[in-house]
Amino acid sequence: MFKFKGYLRQDGTIGIRNFVVAVPASVCASPLVSKLANQVEGIVGMTHKNGCCQIGHDFERTNRALTRLCTHPNVGGVVFVALGCEGTPSEQIVEAIRTSGRPVRFIDIQKEGGSIAALVKAKAAAEALRKVVEEVTETREAEVEDLVVGLECGGSDATSGLASNPSIGWVTDELVKHGAKVILSETTELIGAEHVITKNVRDAEVKRKILEAVTRVEKDCMAQGVDIRGSQPTPGNIEGGLSTIEEKSMGCAYKSGSSPFIDYLDYGEAVRKPGLSFMDTPGQDVESMTGMAAGGATVFLFSTGRGSPVGFPIVPTIKITGNEKTFLRMRDDIDIDASGVFRGEAIHEIGEKIYELIERVCQGTVTKSEANDYHEVSIYKNALTL
Amino acid sequence: MPLLVIHPKDNVGVALSNIEKGTHVQGIDIREDVKFAYKIALMDIRAGEEIIKYGEPIGVASVDIKQGEMVHVHNIESVRGRGDQNV
Repeated sequence: MFKFKGYLRQDGTIGIRNFVVAVPASVCASPLVSKLANQVEGIVGMTHKNGCCQIGHDFERTNRALTRLCTHPNVGGVVFVALGCEGTPSEQIVEAIRTSGRPVRFIDIQKEGGSIAALVKAKAAAEALRKVVEEVTETREAEVEDLVVGLECGGSDATSGLASNPSIGWVTDELVKHGAKVILSETTELIGAEHVITKNVRDAEVKRKILEAVTRVEKDCMAQGVDIRGSQPTPGNIEGGLSTIEEKSMGCAYKSGSSPFIDYLDYGEAVRKPGLSFMDTPGQDVESMTGMAAGGATVFLFSTGRGSPVGFPIVPTIKITGNEKTFLRMRDDIDIDASGVFRGEAIHEIGEKIYELIERVCQGTVTKSEANDYHEVSIYKNALTL
Repeated sequence: MPLLVIHPKDNVGVALSNIEKGTHVQGIDIREDVKFAYKIALMDIRAGEEIIKYGEPIGVASVDIKQGEMVHVHNIESVRGRGDQNV
């Protein structure tokens, strides 16, 4: 049980950071956001390639993700940048940000007279915004139950299922015990383990939705007419000793500990209940992190055997590896070494180290990927671009 | 213990270090060099038989496998996600 100073948002959610972000409405405004984030101190850019010529559920999903990322618990203020002619309903999103109690500035590149004029305006707006955000943001003492922890696997190898994932599973159980919200995602990485991981689910509807999501992903994959192997597991997973998706999934399942799923979330849907929820996302790391962030995750536990440096711009990402060689080779990118499991260290000892780091991260310690500013955003997109 | 057997039902073990061909480990003669964290057959496994790890099937043997041989993509097939098997 630990306490920390949390940023209190109007809807009652608690952030562990108070980022001022720049977000593009579409791919065409992304370069400006990139420049803005590079040129103005204290602005975090969330570039992406969506937002135009999308259709149907795909279009709705992107808009929901953008809205929810802009009103995320770790976000204190937003500069929202549109080209001006894209499909994204920018006015609606800006209004949603305003209604959430967050200071917001809107830049329309075409109305400003082009990218150069718009950048000048955006820089002034960003600097002014930063000051306002600092003044208006409220805080309150927060506890573990205020956290939303997202669980992620990326660059897995055969150590993942033996060391890093079980250690994370121990932490999951602790977090759930203390009333926190935890999200597991990556539907692909349930293929082969879905019946084992849903064995203790008490809500029949939740279980049905999870199994349906797995069936759907496998069916869509089969429609490609190829063996899933090589895409999932990836070449790196295979080099790391994982032979089949079933084997990978069984290893991934350990992240859930002994906690049953109590809720099912669509991609980017807001997390609702304390306990462990399942969110339908691809197995691809950046798309799954983006989905869980849109769902409200405020910190990520990211298990990586091969060594993935990628974090998420507005969610502090704790990197954990069970592979000693990876830890030594990529010390600058990895926060926790779980390889002690192979030298007799108990799972709970590693779990306690992770838990203790979560506490320090909540109190302001930056993770390696935060310090390195090594982040990416990608909103899952599965329909055609028109 | 250089070979980890996760579950009593398993027919593959996990090498906890690089193991050289010819080493005798927990009653098994290792038939080839096996890298850390890779799998080794704990018994003879026939083509088509399930490979069991974590107490659950993780695929099937694509050829006959002898006890002590490495088990990886060259001799294990996935059962799931096999779009290449669509007729």
